[in-house]
Amino acid sequence: MEPKRIATIFRQESGLVVASLVRRFGDIDLAEEVVQEAFVEAMTRWPTAGLPPNPGAWITTTARNRAIDRLRREATRLERHERAAELYAPEPAEEDEAVRDDRLRLIFTCCHPALAPNARVALTLRLIGGLQVPEIARAFLMSEATLAQRLVRAKRKIKANAIPYRVPDADELPQRLQAVLAVLYLIFNEGHHATAGDRLDRVDLADEALRLARLVVQLVPDDLEARGLLALMLLVRSRRDARVSEDGAVVLLADQDRDRWDGAMIAEGHAIVRGLLAAGRPGPYQIQAAINAVHTDPAAEPTAWAQILDLYDLLYRVAPGPVVALNRAIALAEVAGPAPALAELDAIEGLDAYAPFFVARADLLRRLRRTAEAVDAYAEAIAMTKNEAERRFLVARRAALLS
Amino acid sequence: MKQYLMSVHSVEGEPMPSEDEMKEIFAAVDEFNQRVRDAGAWVFAGGLFPADTATVVRMEGDEVLVTDGPFSESKEHLGGFWVVKAPDLDAALAWAKDATKACRGPVEVRPFQDDAEE
Repeated sequence: MEPKRIATIFRQESGLVVASLVRRFGDIDLAEEVVQEAFVEAMTRWPTAGLPPNPGAWITTTARNRAIDRLRREATRLERHERAAELYAPEPAEEDEAVRDDRLRLIFTCCHPALAPNARVALTLRLIGGLQVPEIARAFLMSEATLAQRLVRAKRKIKANAIPYRVPDADELPQRLQAVLAVLYLIFNEGHHATAGDRLDRVDLADEALRLARLVVQLVPDDLEARGLLALMLLVRSRRDARVSEDGAVVLLADQDRDRWDGAMIAEGHAIVRGLLAAGRPGPYQIQAAINAVHTDPAAEPTAWAQILDLYDLLYRVAPGPVVALNRAIALAEVAGPAPALAELDAIEGLDAYAPFFVARADLLRRLRRTAEAVDAYAEAIAMTKNEAERRFLVARRAALLS
Repeated sequence: MKQYLMSVHSVEGEPMPSEDEMKEIFAAVDEFNQRVRDAGAWVFAGGLFPADTATVVRMEGDEVLVTDGPFSESKEHLGGFWVVKAPDLDAALAWAKDATKACRGPVEVRPFQDDAEE
């Protein structure tokens, strides 16, 4: 059995195991360390002994025994009496409800607003996603030491502050769930819009975010925004293979080969969006999912831009902000032409350091044949873009204007 | 039970609230303090005179020096604080949310190393 396969199995199983151990022993460090020990043991044992019949149960048992051994070793005589009750207490019935709640509790701990956003991302991928530290470090192109340090600090903060391990009260739940969804969205965007670096041996963050979004929907099935985020991810991810040509160049939406879109993801995303429309309580993720449903509508070629513009109007009412205004202006250009779109775009404030703003501006100026200004706008966009494929695209666009 | 410090910081040079505003703030803080007491979460609280009233005492070798304060050269200084008992951070943050509304300044929450008696 390949080490990669073992890592994949741990990725699927360990969130659940870590969460149930945190409940049992009340210690994230301990839970994480013993699951890691179980991983090391599996790496040495499974390649020769083969996969156990129930890998999840094997990991749970191995990790739990390690935890109990360790607590016994570390316990002073006094503590031993106190812990004994805990260690020999009958196993709680670890079935659906409890297990479900364990992971949900841990997600809320990992995404607590008292933690820095990048720490929330790292903790969620490590503890819920079951990714190994080197995998996360590579995915974000940072050193393992930096990431490990970030995780240590976050866990210390959780412990020192007694950040609770529980589902928030009803009055706080929507806001806190929003923070969870924001973390998943951040992970997804990093994966979808990857910074430079070789693909090889890199965990796919977009797929991990999709997996975690599915988990959240499963855990909080009544939340429409969680379902909206899942649909949004599916519909954006479905077009990924068509977004980049074989030689690594950016392919614009209008030029994409629709046969390369993922039909299964689109079908699933559309089904969710239909359900959300029926519910009739739109939120930002749901509306963005609906916009992407229009983009991926097989019956609408060319794209139904008027409908997309309406949805951006709605999105702006629900969640106003400069980025939404920018996207609305881009849709407006398709409906009413580049001149009114440019007027709208130039009225937006707060995007001075946002490359897509200059890309959109350059494109509108190019379409209006205001070539000199377009060349300048492309230069600004190029200076702000770190992604190599995008840079090449923008450089080519600028060169075409100059020739 | 854990204990948390909820501190309020003032920034040097920022305009002081008017007299009427100060009255409102005092009333709101009194009301908040009573709620903390009623809930059994109260440990201690107090407001401080401005930082230019501070004096610093420190060791230099074997000698103890007394100098004019404040200790911190930053522009932000501690203006007052509460110490509350709470089962976890979310409970402490719930108090802090009410505290910031009452005192109209940002409130920093920090955990104490040792737990409360009960």
